[in-house]
Amino acid sequence: MTTVDHGAVPAAGADAQYRICRFSGLRIESNAERLIKVNAVAAVLFLALGGLMGLMVALTRWPAVQLLPAEWFYLVLTGHGANVLLFWIIFFEIAVLYFASAVILGCRLAAPRIAWLGFVLMVVGAVMANYAVLRGDSTVMFTSYPPMQASQWFYLSLIIFAVGALVSVMIFFATLVVAKAENTYDGSVPLVTFGAITAGIIAVFTLASGAIILIPTWLWSLGLISNIDTLMYKVVWWGMGHSSQQINVSAHVSIWYAIGAMVVGAKPLSEKVSRMAFFMYILFLQLASAHHILAEPGMSSTWKIVNTSYMMYLAVMGSMIHGLTVPGAIEAAQRRNGFTRGAFEWLRKAPWGNPAFAGMFLSLVMFGFIGGISGVVLGTEQLNVLMHNTIYVPGHFHGTVVAGTTLAFMAMTYLVVPLIFQRDILWPGLAKWQPFVFGIGAGGISLFMMGAGTLGVPRRHWDISLADAAHPFEFPAAAYLMMGLNGISALLAALGGVMFIVIVVGSILAGPRLDRAGAKLTFPLHDKSREAVSEYGSHGTLKLPGTLILVGIFFASFVLYYFVNWKYLSELWLFR
Amino acid sequence: MAINPPSNRLWWKEPIHGIELGWIVIAFLWGLFMFFFMIAWHFIGNQNLSSETYRIRPEAYQEKVEAFAEEFQATDAAGEPLEEDGVPVVRPPVGGDAYILARLWEFWPILELKKGESYRIHISSADWQHGFSMQPTNINISVHPGYEHVITLTPTGSGDFGIVCNEFCGIGHHTMTGRIRVVE
Repeated sequence: MTTVDHGAVPAAGADAQYRICRFSGLRIESNAERLIKVNAVAAVLFLALGGLMGLMVALTRWPAVQLLPAEWFYLVLTGHGANVLLFWIIFFEIAVLYFASAVILGCRLAAPRIAWLGFVLMVVGAVMANYAVLRGDSTVMFTSYPPMQASQWFYLSLIIFAVGALVSVMIFFATLVVAKAENTYDGSVPLVTFGAITAGIIAVFTLASGAIILIPTWLWSLGLISNIDTLMYKVVWWGMGHSSQQINVSAHVSIWYAIGAMVVGAKPLSEKVSRMAFFMYILFLQLASAHHILAEPGMSSTWKIVNTSYMMYLAVMGSMIHGLTVPGAIEAAQRRNGFTRGAFEWLRKAPWGNPAFAGMFLSLVMFGFIGGISGVVLGTEQLNVLMHNTIYVPGHFHGTVVAGTTLAFMAMTYLVVPLIFQRDILWPGLAKWQPFVFGIGAGGISLFMMGAGTLGVPRRHWDISLADAAHPFEFPAAAYLMMGLNGISALLAALGGVMFIVIVVGSILAGPRLDRAGAKLTFPLHDKSREAVSEYGSHGTLKLPGTLILVGIFFASFVLYYFVNWKYLSELWLFR
Repeated sequence: MAINPPSNRLWWKEPIHGIELGWIVIAFLWGLFMFFFMIAWHFIGNQNLSSETYRIRPEAYQEKVEAFAEEFQATDAAGEPLEEDGVPVVRPPVGGDAYILARLWEFWPILELKKGESYRIHISSADWQHGFSMQPTNINISVHPGYEHVITLTPTGSGDFGIVCNEFCGIGHHTMTGRIRVVE
């Protein structure tokens, strides 16, 4: 082997190239910037594909439209789940992890070549999964329960994608080590980075669960293993399936804090409390997998109660804490900004015209009220029997993952495009409306699906009129109405999604350049965002009447809805 | 700011403000309440899903269901065996065992139960996973091949009840139904 003389050997990372963002003061390294760009672009492309599939699903489930034939419906539904729940969200999360490490800590990205390898593996896995699904022999739905079998390419594609994601998460951790070693920040990591670390830790054991179950399943599809136990599969699969949603929660809560900080200058009320709430996720969410196994045979009640409650609802408590501290931090910041009159001037005069803020706040409210409350109710041992596998379940997770995570990620994109792509948002008038159109659509989808599920409408079902069934059964007219309203909401959400993609793609390709002197942001960051704020939490105006009222309304809704469902349960046939 | 390192390096030593502390206590107590309410429902409630389950080969279960249907098939006034669309209507003994078989794409056979009486209902699948969703009283239970789940069920209403499959089981999933009749 020959050696090439490079002259003096540079210290690790000494050749890294940085620029200083004029708007945020953040130090951005070129490799980190490129990898954030490609991951974000891939995410948006898969959102477009998966979103289109979602619209077709909703239009098929609208009984008066029933767009697709049954075979295509099930195929497209499988593709919809993979593209939006896996590929859109995880590509974006990798971009968030790189942002929260390299950009926020102002350091270089560790091992950029390996980061590219991770990205390529993820792309290969995602493309291959779409190929496997569109071939038509892998219509097994997102959950892919055996003994129903997909083609070997389907399982293999998910494994490759997961390996790529795992590599990328490792780069995130390595970048934290680099930042510490190279002293690019002082003291503890910022809260947003802490939240991202939470997401990263959860991602590791979630992806490990995925490997534990998908590798034998792949071998089974190749004929090397004769049998997969259906119950064991479900238990381990959900070790990935629900925990992975906690990656999303950690990531989008971090984004709430980040947007609050960048747009209105919010700082955490108390670092200790917010970090403890993130820590709760790490400790207790592994148990969440059990939420999906409440109606299964063979699981004892004790096991169900301990697991589904995340051990006495301590992870739920984490989310409830963020539910106070995020709006509380915004209220405190807005009061500091001078909006002090009454309980709600801070909220009324918040920058609602800034899509980053509007999207973030809508995500916060809908995640709490729709996704959060329904999730706890759905995950209650006995109440689960009311809605297990009905369309209430997709109603719940569209409340968390679409109205919550996706909306938060969209909101963040309005900051990523100017700060990372250095392009200003094209068509600001359209951008102002986008979070509202998408958010109201997504909220509608969630609520109407939950309503239909309460009336017994099954999930993943082509025809609720049961026209070809041996023993037809008629769902109440209200169920048809709900499914129709769901279709209309999906049209609205799809319109919001198209607006988002048009704005983002347009801005990246043709937005006004921001790397020239004197360029101004259409949606400004908070004026003081470049200054290090001296103290936090103790600035003497920790009176948050608006937040207390909002949190009070939230808690009352939670308690009320919880007991309404127990009342409903008590009227069912008796079973034990 | 949340994107800057905490300015106070000893942030974990700061006291927690009263508002935050109050909310943490409320959230914790509510969590505890919900936790214990699930346990309490086993004593005060009548809707608790059984965990009584046996492993069984799908073929063996199918034979059991067929033997059960033959033994207890209902007859009409003329003594002819009662059927509905070719599916036998079966009257299990009050308080006794009744079997339902889920398979592509039906729930078999049709059970005729008496209102207010308890039955030990056995459910399993002959092939894929299915979802037992009884309507309009919304009871939803997963069905696995190889696992025989026994649920003691007491109908509190009468009439015809539909069973709809709510676990995707292939192209005919939306045609998979069954029926339970409840007579006074």
